[in-house]
Amino acid sequence: MKDAAILKSGVTLAAIAAICTALVAFTFQLTEERIEANEQAWLERSLQPALSGLFYDGSVTESKIIVPPPHELPGSDAAIIYRVYAQGAPVAALFVVSARDGYSGPIRILVGVDTKGTVTGVHVLEHRETPGLGDRVESTKSDWVAQFDGRSLVDPEPGGWAIKGDGGQFDQLTGASVTPRAIIKAIRNTLLYYDAHRVEIFAEVTAESNEEEEAP
Amino acid sequence: MTSSGFIDRLKTGLWYENPGLVQLLGLCPVLAVTSSFVNGLGLGIATLVVLVASNGLVSTTRRWIRAEIRIPIYVLIIASLVTCIELIFKAWFPALDRSLGIFIPLIVTNCAIVARAEVFAARNPVGASLVDGFVMGSGFAILLMAVGAFRELLGQGSLFARMDMLLGGEPMRGLVFTDGGWLLAILPPGAFFSLALAIAAKNALDRRRHEKLKRAMPRRA
Repeated sequence: MKDAAILKSGVTLAAIAAICTALVAFTFQLTEERIEANEQAWLERSLQPALSGLFYDGSVTESKIIVPPPHELPGSDAAIIYRVYAQGAPVAALFVVSARDGYSGPIRILVGVDTKGTVTGVHVLEHRETPGLGDRVESTKSDWVAQFDGRSLVDPEPGGWAIKGDGGQFDQLTGASVTPRAIIKAIRNTLLYYDAHRVEIFAEVTAESNEEEEAP
Repeated sequence: MTSSGFIDRLKTGLWYENPGLVQLLGLCPVLAVTSSFVNGLGLGIATLVVLVASNGLVSTTRRWIRAEIRIPIYVLIIASLVTCIELIFKAWFPALDRSLGIFIPLIVTNCAIVARAEVFAARNPVGASLVDGFVMGSGFAILLMAVGAFRELLGQGSLFARMDMLLGGEPMRGLVFTDGGWLLAILPPGAFFSLALAIAAKNALDRRRHEKLKRAMPRRA
């Protein structure tokens, strides 16, 4: 190819790249606000199952603490804690943790715990369990996760925190025992963590105010 | 283009040269997202829009593009369009975006789109290329919907569940025929079986018609 031809190709490529970039930039501008609002709304909605029956103020997502690994909560990735307040007093803490030993990879779950250490709700956020078997832990597919509402470390006693097949008190899912075992263990470990750290959880400053302090 | 010409093109895209059924292009999305009707419809529409727009752009710019650099330019155009579609999905259909996940950005790698750019849009005027994008995209989308509906019906015993992801509003359960279904259909092997059945059905129909024609006109055959 001659120099002129190479130059022409280069200019064409650059021009088309510029036009395409402009197109993407314009679409981004157009959609940015809506996308942010959607993500916020999705987050708030995904926390709802653990907030039912609670009275609380304003936006829960502002009181977020990110607990980087290693931590004593279930999972080897960062855990997230949302504090829920009503008129300045703590009401509950919502934990987003990972049950590490799912059938196919970690299961991300949301566990709400009120100030008395009682489970307010459990919701499976992300998983890769087998469709039709393990995926019945999703609240849209069966009400299996509802059985944890109102449970605590003393209800049932430690030995009862297992599926019935293992001598515990919780229902199992036909054809899937690994998934329920993993989730039950994660919920119980979350409750244990809450029991040991409840003062610190509510005393800790939020991630956002942390950033402000660090700013010059 | 005359209306009979358009109908011929439509028949070609939907049946005789259906990108999924006959050309077997873009099988990755066909197999991966068709676990329900709404997923198939969502990805079908996204692919259709990208295909029409990319055919339009490739055809408009075809005179300025040297043959040596055409492939990078197709990739640029397609990748930008897909990014725009992804942003639009995230903004207006967030639930569907979550459900389709990685398969929206992966439209970039759908070879049906590059194939139409190379085979058709690069050598035909803008109008014809837009029509080609529309008929081929529709053929692909209809296949996605058909396989999605078939697998959802067999695997979950329902049809048109979760249409709210496209239409908005409260979660919809769609038409529910039975509770639970034949698990295999929504697992990955179900995708292969369903596509194989669709291709077999098409071939059987084609053969039957061919034989009928032969019998009707024995002398010419």
